[in-house]
Amino acid sequence: MSTPEAGLLVALVGNPNTGKSTLFNALTGLRQRVGNYPGVTVARKSGTCDLGDGQKVELVDLPGLYSLAAASPDEQVVIDALSGNIAGDRRPDAVVLVVDATNLLRNLFLASQVAELGRPVVIVLNQADVAKEQGLRIDTELLSRRLGGVPVVLSSAWKGEGILDVRRAIASAVAKQTPMKRVVWLTNIAAALADVAVAAAADTGKPISDADAQRLLFDTNPTTADRLGWTITQRDKTLRSARDRVRNSGYNPMAAEPLVHYAHLRVILEGVVTEGAGKAGRSAAVDRLLLHRFLGPVLFLGIMLGFFGSVFWLAKFPMEWIQFGVDWTKAIVAPQLDAYPMLQSLLADGIIGGVGAFLVFLPQILILFLFIGILEDSGYMARAAFIMDRLFSWCGLNGKSFVPLLSGFACAIPSLLSTRTIEDPKARLATAFVVPFMSCSARFPVYALMCAAFIGPLYGPGWQSIVMIGMHCVGLLFAVPTAFVLTRLVLKVKPQPFVLELPRYQMPKPRDVVWRMWQNAAEFVSKAGTVIFAITIIVWALSYFPRDASVAERIKAANPAASEEVVKAKLQAAYVEQSYMGRFGKAVQPIFDPLGFDWKITVGVLASFPAREVIVSTLGVTYSVGEDAEADSQHLRKAMQDAKWSEGPRAGTPIFSLAAVLALMVFFALCSQCGPTIATLAQETGGWKWAAGSFVYMTALAWLAGTAVYQVVIRLT
Amino acid sequence: MTPLSQLLPGQFGKLASLNPERGVDQRLMALGLLPGMVLKLIRRAPLGDPLAIEFGGQVVSLRLAEAENLIVDVSADCPIQRPRQP
Repeated sequence: MSTPEAGLLVALVGNPNTGKSTLFNALTGLRQRVGNYPGVTVARKSGTCDLGDGQKVELVDLPGLYSLAAASPDEQVVIDALSGNIAGDRRPDAVVLVVDATNLLRNLFLASQVAELGRPVVIVLNQADVAKEQGLRIDTELLSRRLGGVPVVLSSAWKGEGILDVRRAIASAVAKQTPMKRVVWLTNIAAALADVAVAAAADTGKPISDADAQRLLFDTNPTTADRLGWTITQRDKTLRSARDRVRNSGYNPMAAEPLVHYAHLRVILEGVVTEGAGKAGRSAAVDRLLLHRFLGPVLFLGIMLGFFGSVFWLAKFPMEWIQFGVDWTKAIVAPQLDAYPMLQSLLADGIIGGVGAFLVFLPQILILFLFIGILEDSGYMARAAFIMDRLFSWCGLNGKSFVPLLSGFACAIPSLLSTRTIEDPKARLATAFVVPFMSCSARFPVYALMCAAFIGPLYGPGWQSIVMIGMHCVGLLFAVPTAFVLTRLVLKVKPQPFVLELPRYQMPKPRDVVWRMWQNAAEFVSKAGTVIFAITIIVWALSYFPRDASVAERIKAANPAASEEVVKAKLQAAYVEQSYMGRFGKAVQPIFDPLGFDWKITVGVLASFPAREVIVSTLGVTYSVGEDAEADSQHLRKAMQDAKWSEGPRAGTPIFSLAAVLALMVFFALCSQCGPTIATLAQETGGWKWAAGSFVYMTALAWLAGTAVYQVVIRLT
Repeated sequence: MTPLSQLLPGQFGKLASLNPERGVDQRLMALGLLPGMVLKLIRRAPLGDPLAIEFGGQVVSLRLAEAENLIVDVSADCPIQRPRQP
């Protein structure tokens, strides 16, 4: 965590949908750093903010939240960051509270909670232009006076208005250190808070701040107590008697905090806002259309299919360019190294191939995040979740799981990154876990090859389409029960209530959307990219070494009359056969025997663990038609159709029987064969535990389902 | 006294009671939905669940099951106009 030496740290805090990130971008001018808070998957965004007088401070954009009650990891991070409890981070020297100027009361609840932390604050009434349009006039001077003299400024970050005022207000808050006026607790509640603070301090040996005492008394979840190391046996009696004390004053202890704060704020806001003539927002009218009982879902499907169809199609072109660029680089570089075949192969197939392996995901990631940014910032994402929630709630997910699952049909990588939009950590984890089951575009070449070579010729194009569609549903069929079991039986986290604000519609700001898209892509390249690169190199080495010169001599001697091309293809096949990968494939073939796979398919399956589409070119190599084989290659189809078992009980029968073809496709539909997905899953779930679990679970499931398919179909045909 | 889940679209009610022990109600209280607050059921989602309610100048979605324990008084003198803050 890099912070300027001895510099000042200022935190940006506010409700979601207040334009906080837009303000952050306007204040820092995109001079930003993105990192992670230690131990949690919450991004730490910070940047350098000029205060207008040459003084520079580090500004950190904390996650948007409605209350300091530590119910989610995001909320816990904000509390920790504001109290200075984050390793490597200092306590902020000032807190900028971003407030939606059209709804002061609700937004100031969080401000009032933050005031309890005793830090100097600045109140920014953002979206002042919208408030003005609605006819709201806000007396900022009166509000500032009532809040104890803290700076209160109007801004419209979207339009870039009032930004200089915000800079000056931060400078003045940092200089004057004026704290915001705090709520006055009733005698009984104040006494209960004091009891808790004294008992917790005595038991833990640490001083307990007022804010911590409030969290201990008012929150049902034990996160704050756990952080302070106040054990359940120590705290139980104290908390019970303190809460009884609150109850005796006529307040439910779980409701006292919002009741007291809101009562306090109503007094403060008396006469601050005057309503004049203005236009009511158009959001209600738009919602009548977009959330209409019949039209709503139709428009929803149209928007989603339009967006995700274009992720698929728009990304196709840049992906082809990247592929072309990779092939072109190989073609330029490889001939220079003809004298050094090992180095040539390392560079061409290992390094350039490895870079290409993650670069090729970038277009989809960029386009998906562009669309997600538009959906979120416009306010439609919340509506999409509102429409879809019913379909997901029963298996422990929620409406926000829809977008990641849908985009999983294009590619799991951007889709895993998009699970960040799900606030509930349990639903987020379960969604991320089932995303790899969605039939991504890398499975398509496998289905296409199998269908074109076997299903189509044998059963006609009708069955070919049915099998193609069926294969896209296999993953879904397993994903839903998996989510159900995972959320009900495995994850012991308490589910979060699905309370979702349907914010005002607004035009997304291009700079914010593009910037967030860029940040996500950069994070993917720097984190998952390195892992993907490493995996590619390892698989390259396994299928390259050992490479004995005697193999070449033997092949040349055995095929004296064959053309150079045929010899080259046969040589490649021979090399792979005696490489570590080939030997390993032969050794583990018995494991895949129940699925009807021979050693060549087994090598293909093993080689495609980093990326499933590799099976096509690996089969091309092992069936001696060259590594440039594609799914529509006639040679490869012919070679596979002619392939027969040479030994064992199945000798003489075709390897690619209907049973084996179906088993292979089902195996690919379910198996965790994607290094980038595993790497991204580890990145997004904050460790390798879930990534490893996903790998083992999906691979085992694929083996079981493949075996079941093979054993049933072979007996029927 | 009616559970919020039984309100008709467009119908107003005054929140009579909630259950502060529940996580949902704590979230709603943080958003300002406190006893005595006037709210309006705007609509149900196309599949019948969740609900969209309006209170204090904001629209919030919550699930049917979560709305059952929120008791509203529909006979109270609820203003017909849009509830506004503060």
